[in-house]
Amino acid sequence: MPNYTLNINGKQVVVSADEDTPLLWVLRDELDLVGTKFGCGIAQCGSCTVHVNGIATRSCQMQVSILEDVKITTIEGLSKDGKHPVQEAWKEIDVPQCGYCQTGQIMTASAFLAENKRPSGEEIREAMKGNICRCASYNRIEKAVLVASGKMS
Amino acid sequence: MKLYKKDNFSRRNFLKTSVLAGGGMLIGFNLLTACKLNAKMPVDIANLNFNDFNAFIKISQEGYVTIFSPNPEIGQGVKTSMPMLIAEELDVEWENVSVAQGVLDTNNYTRQVAGGSQSIRFGWDALRQTGATAKQMLVNAAAVKWNVDAATLKASKGIITNQNGETLGYGDVVTAAALLEVPENIKLKEVKDFTIIGQEIVNVDIDKIITGKPLFGLDYKAEGMVIATVLRPPSFGQKLISFDASEAKKVKGVIDVITIGGKVRKYMESGKNNWTVKLSKSDKVVVIAKNTWAAIKGKKALAAVWENEGKLESTEDHEKALMDILEGKNLNTNREDGAVENAFLTADKVIEKTYHSPFLPHNCMEPMNFYANVTADKIHLVGPVQTPEYAAKVVADLLEFDLDKIHLEMTRMGGGFGRRLYGDFVYESAEISNFIKKPVKLVSTREDDMTAGIYKPAVKYSIKAALKDGKVTGYHLIEAAIGSNMFGAIPNFFPAGCIPNYKVQTGNYSSNITTGAWRAPYTNFLAFAEQSFFDELATELNIDAIQLRLDLLQNVKNTTDERIEYSGQRMEDTIKLVREKANWGNTKEGVFQGFSAYYSHNTHVAEIADIEIKEGFPIIKKVTVAVDCGIVVNPTGARNQVEGGVLDGIGHAMYGDFSFKDGKPLDSNFDGYRLIRMNETPKVEVHFVQNNNSPTGLGEPGLPPAGGAVANAINAAFGKRIYRQPFIKELNKSSILS
Repeated sequence: MPNYTLNINGKQVVVSADEDTPLLWVLRDELDLVGTKFGCGIAQCGSCTVHVNGIATRSCQMQVSILEDVKITTIEGLSKDGKHPVQEAWKEIDVPQCGYCQTGQIMTASAFLAENKRPSGEEIREAMKGNICRCASYNRIEKAVLVASGKMS
Repeated sequence: MKLYKKDNFSRRNFLKTSVLAGGGMLIGFNLLTACKLNAKMPVDIANLNFNDFNAFIKISQEGYVTIFSPNPEIGQGVKTSMPMLIAEELDVEWENVSVAQGVLDTNNYTRQVAGGSQSIRFGWDALRQTGATAKQMLVNAAAVKWNVDAATLKASKGIITNQNGETLGYGDVVTAAALLEVPENIKLKEVKDFTIIGQEIVNVDIDKIITGKPLFGLDYKAEGMVIATVLRPPSFGQKLISFDASEAKKVKGVIDVITIGGKVRKYMESGKNNWTVKLSKSDKVVVIAKNTWAAIKGKKALAAVWENEGKLESTEDHEKALMDILEGKNLNTNREDGAVENAFLTADKVIEKTYHSPFLPHNCMEPMNFYANVTADKIHLVGPVQTPEYAAKVVADLLEFDLDKIHLEMTRMGGGFGRRLYGDFVYESAEISNFIKKPVKLVSTREDDMTAGIYKPAVKYSIKAALKDGKVTGYHLIEAAIGSNMFGAIPNFFPAGCIPNYKVQTGNYSSNITTGAWRAPYTNFLAFAEQSFFDELATELNIDAIQLRLDLLQNVKNTTDERIEYSGQRMEDTIKLVREKANWGNTKEGVFQGFSAYYSHNTHVAEIADIEIKEGFPIIKKVTVAVDCGIVVNPTGARNQVEGGVLDGIGHAMYGDFSFKDGKPLDSNFDGYRLIRMNETPKVEVHFVQNNNSPTGLGEPGLPPAGGAVANAINAAFGKRIYRQPFIKELNKSSILS
């Protein structure tokens, strides 16, 4: 299997993987970064969201072979201590129920807030609609994104 | 799904203690059952084996408390709320309490099940008793040390104080306390003295969740572990004839391709399966690979030949079969009061309506998975399952192992909704590991979960009411369902006891499509049908929709019928609270309201949906909810459950659609199957009825009333009734919105 050098969470890592392996499975199986979740495998649920050059991206659709020249950030690298304003807001609002989709939600929210620092409720709802929460913690996600926005400004 | 007997608690001899090897105290206790006289306590934490106890508390010499929480966590919050009950009576600072997930070893378990919204209801007395008993032992130890009467001492927040103002921390006396006799009949705190129960306590796993730490079954790894994916028949009613694995074996990382199924088939034919779900008896093709991607690719590369062994059923077949049942064929009578036929004969008017709902997959966000390592002398199982006890028993039967050689660890679950009550994936992973003699993690894809599911059955209701002199004098409900019918107390829910002539009948169509429990089984759709129907009756009788319910509830208030477990008074209080909070009847122009109320899982709930019309389409803006679940243990967790339940109910009522063609599901992933998303969700505002009744569950009861509230609001706006889920299909028919 070929080797690829990836920039993940600020570190260069070399992984050996088949060229069509999605980033999702490289992260989970090869690098033990299991905070990025498998939900649907077809970019419809957002559980596998990571940042590629700062943009929220579905890692289940990104082949490892095209990722050598980009910066990848996963939930494990979003903050050093779990204290990114979005993470703090998630805790303050006590968002999760089962918790499975929440890392993907947090990655989508943090990329969105980097672009739009003072979003309206309507903008938040549009920005987050690609991430499914099966427990439907949506009211709290919306509130937490607003709270995070306040912390960031 | 009979999970319990009503209020059958044993309160004596339920705990034992030991001194830990490194100092400190270990308390072992059993929820609901007495521990056996010969039960042994371990002396170190590494040897907690849950053989004789289903839960433990460790109090260290530093005064820190670790609770080994016995119940599986599927997102319903019990990993936070159950330890709160212990901490309250033990009287420690919540900050000094940590929670670890218990594991399962043997059959000496009781109620280690997440289902039926019953964890808190059953844990309420036992967990508080345990905390209070431990506290008394610590106080007794301090009394010995100071040589005073224990009654002269006070304990609070982990500190024991004597009359001279001297203090001892729990940690100072914990080792001595562990050697004392276990006191009995400890008095519990009064509600007014609670310091932890009723506080907003954030989910105990929050830090791990928001930083992406390994928590879930799919995150589990072990040395030498391989990954397995399973190819199952594409249609219900088919079985495997042959397969060609040559292309699959060319996929880099694929180790082997095998078949399983024999063990499950033998088990199913043994008659030992007393669980309601039917498992497929077909062989299945299993791809074993070094990593998940190779296992997924390898499965796609398989070529298999399937043969029909039964009828390949389509949605049209189910429509017809269920309509035939509603015609009155082969019905069971679940409850009958008065003279129903006479009520219809003498009525001024008879109203009859039929309500339809589809199959639904559970779609837990974390796909089904399980780790198994079967070796010559033991079996290690790890993963997310709502019924660990039952799963371990089946694996013991399947592989002819002693139950006490099976060690099952539960992980946090990425959703349950009933799907993880069934351990089919546990049995499969055990059969695979037994075959390949390696540790293996079975991984399902979304498509596997959605197309080989254990679905909410398609259900129809026909409801008929007799109206006479402005009153509802007769009520006849027929349920037609696939696989199984409403169970337990459901036929005795509202309006049983409120209408003198009352009959509930059920009929069943046996299908080869597997069906099972789905969040709030049966009531999830029954409530929509019934609460839509009562809304229509109110219109017919020209009376306010809420007033009709309140009038009817007066009739059940003094009932002596022991089958009726809902309370007329508590339902009335709940309805009045939501009526007030939602400004029923006094909304601004352009807002239309719908009301619905339902009792299930021992909790009373009433909901009012507010909708507005945008470009001719109904937009659900807000749902106001009133809940009577007794004492609210953890308000933030409780509101979260209700908010989620309401949105889950609305999402599936609006969008949930699942059909079959020749035994094959027409949708397999979220590109075709629609779940509610954030831009479609209303605000949910939750209010709790204040009382001091013992707490009841919240995982399910918020869901059932939601669909009816929305449908009734749509009627208020458009003057059109919806009789079929999903609503979106009906709304897209121009006849509704025109």
